[in-house]
Amino acid sequence: MVSLVWLIPALPLAGFVLLLAFGRRMGEPIAGWFGTLAIAAAFVTALIVFAGLWNEPDHTFTQHLFTWIPAGSFQVGVGILLDPLSMVMVLFITFIAAFIHLYSIGYMHGDPRFSKFFVYLNLFVFSMLVLVLADNMLLTFVGWEGVGVCSYFLISFWFTKEANASAGKKAFVTNRVGDWGFMIAMFATFLAFGSLNYGEIIPLAPGLAQGTATLIAVMLFLGACGKSAQIPLYIWLPDAMAGPTPVSALIHAATMVTAGVYLLVRVNPILFTAAPWVLTLIAIVGAATAFIAATIAMAQHDIKKVLAYSTISQIGYMFLAVGSGAYVLAIFHMVTHAFFKGCLFLGSGSVIHGMDGEQDMRRMGALRKVMPITAITFMCAWLAISGVPPFSGFWSKDEILGAALHKSAILYVVGLTAALFTAYYMSRLVFLTFFGKARWNDPAEQVAAEADTDVSAHAPAGDEIHPHESPWLMTVPLIVLAFFAVFAGLLNLPFTPRMEFLNRWLEPVVAYAEVTYSESALQLWILLGISTVFALAGIFIARLLWLEHRVPAEKLEPKVLIHAWYYDSAIAAFMNGPGRRFADLSALFDRKGIDGAVNGVGRATRGGGARVRLLETGYVRTYALTVAVGAIALTVFVLTRVISW
Amino acid sequence: MLDQNLNIAYLVLSALLFGIGGVGLMIRRNPLVMIMCVELMLNAVNLTFVTFGAMLDDIGGQVIVFFVLVVAAAEVVVGLAIVVAIARRRPSATADDIRLLRG
Repeated sequence: MVSLVWLIPALPLAGFVLLLAFGRRMGEPIAGWFGTLAIAAAFVTALIVFAGLWNEPDHTFTQHLFTWIPAGSFQVGVGILLDPLSMVMVLFITFIAAFIHLYSIGYMHGDPRFSKFFVYLNLFVFSMLVLVLADNMLLTFVGWEGVGVCSYFLISFWFTKEANASAGKKAFVTNRVGDWGFMIAMFATFLAFGSLNYGEIIPLAPGLAQGTATLIAVMLFLGACGKSAQIPLYIWLPDAMAGPTPVSALIHAATMVTAGVYLLVRVNPILFTAAPWVLTLIAIVGAATAFIAATIAMAQHDIKKVLAYSTISQIGYMFLAVGSGAYVLAIFHMVTHAFFKGCLFLGSGSVIHGMDGEQDMRRMGALRKVMPITAITFMCAWLAISGVPPFSGFWSKDEILGAALHKSAILYVVGLTAALFTAYYMSRLVFLTFFGKARWNDPAEQVAAEADTDVSAHAPAGDEIHPHESPWLMTVPLIVLAFFAVFAGLLNLPFTPRMEFLNRWLEPVVAYAEVTYSESALQLWILLGISTVFALAGIFIARLLWLEHRVPAEKLEPKVLIHAWYYDSAIAAFMNGPGRRFADLSALFDRKGIDGAVNGVGRATRGGGARVRLLETGYVRTYALTVAVGAIALTVFVLTRVISW
Repeated sequence: MLDQNLNIAYLVLSALLFGIGGVGLMIRRNPLVMIMCVELMLNAVNLTFVTFGAMLDDIGGQVIVFFVLVVAAAEVVVGLAIVVAIARRRPSATADDIRLLRG
């Protein structure tokens, strides 16, 4: 049964190929159902494989499909490494992706490029599955680039709008910076181990020289920063909101941004072997990202922008967990986050769909009355992300904070503050969208909203908006994801070792590098209590400010936060000034230096040839003379050398 | 002593034949004559081989002549075929007119 694992990526690939060939002929709903079916079948296969994996030794199974690059000692195969870690990833990726596909059938209804959307979605899921199932770094990199290129296609899916096209480009280019790190790490790994195969490098990692391990770890971390949108490379993610909302859900919940965390957990023995400051750096970057992204999210008006910064912030928690040596918790939070963030994004998509494309929260309000299912599911996910017990996000976030406290008290405080902010900005979002008074046809709000440029899409001007609940195709995924957003915490409850299913399941992968510590029941309860208090405090503050309006809204949204600490503008300014000059200089060098050398070789060859070809007169007699002269010269030479008199 | 002189005479003769063939190849333009000059050179070499074979009492000198004869036959087949083909198209052509390979 477990040998069916190759089917898991093969099914989305088949879906991609068939949709590419026949998608347009299938027409509107059928192409969508076909794509959904491919992913759902992959999920069912994953379940079957999961059942089979229990019987494998160490819960690990490898399958070599074929040799891809056989070049002397550099052997790269296409193979599958199925271990507890990739199994968890595959299960939640295919599960969530299947529901996002289903949702997209409703959301993309009426789009002229309906079938093309599912082509890209299937390719996206295929790439992500290659990424997590690959048995060597190069194949992981193929999937890594695959999700990069798919995100480019999907973010700029509505490419007729200039902003969307450049958002896609921004995502791609920013990711390339991280990819550079990944590639350097790959080169270093090959130099150090002579192989890129996880099966060979991971067991040897403890014997690695510390300097080499540090280089690999730092470079991989840079790559992970790009893909998982961490400081300093997070800037692409908020702009990625330009894509259709199911894409945002897919990027944020199931694929793409989790890739960086996955990669770091995959190579955890290398991180462990590296200098200790690498892990500390990862933890600091994670905590800082969690904090800063949360502050930005507090002042955004675009419902999707809030969620985008929230994703950056939550991924920051995962990096904090990795940096604290709590790899299982990073994966745990990744899974719970996938459920509640998937639900939040699909819910926001449902709201936008019902509001005729309006994304500005100032024009919403009181939507719970017209969109009850969306509102209830959204609120489940809201409580989960805010960290209210007993919803799933509470358990994963609290445990990460516990691990951070074990690492350093400062990290714990920063993380806790970010958790407070998280509860605050998510509550602000919910109160603005679903509570309060209905503002969707309020002309003053419309003017205010359209004066701002930080919201990427509005409803068509002048029309009255009539919010409505979304079709069942969109609400069913919401209900399912909300269910898991509530209960996914059961995967890993901290009370007794017996309840830590995920911990025990992932044991073989992380056993070597996992930082273990024991905390007494009292400490555990105190930490749980503190987390609860902070979560509830955040919600309570938001209630005072945004439901009861104790303070005017303008004071709560400082310009510096609306503009995301001007980080984007700073980068733009730098790139237009010194960066531009540097690029011009390197372009000049490329044109004159590199191209000059290449063209020079060509020109020299041609010039030399033009001269040498004059020797060829075409007269047979000349050739005969040449031969004769040559023969005489040769004879004379031999006579002088051989015969000495 | 007489044999020795005779052998020298053969060698001188073959050198003369070779020289006549070589000079003829270089100065004549009629393709047919040029091929005949090449034949003359080849056979001059054959004569040399046989003479040295006799002088040094070595059968190899005569054996190699057979190889030269075979090569010469093959060369004549190709060469004459080319000459005939050219003569059919342009009866007055000389070797100098055929210089498509000039650089």
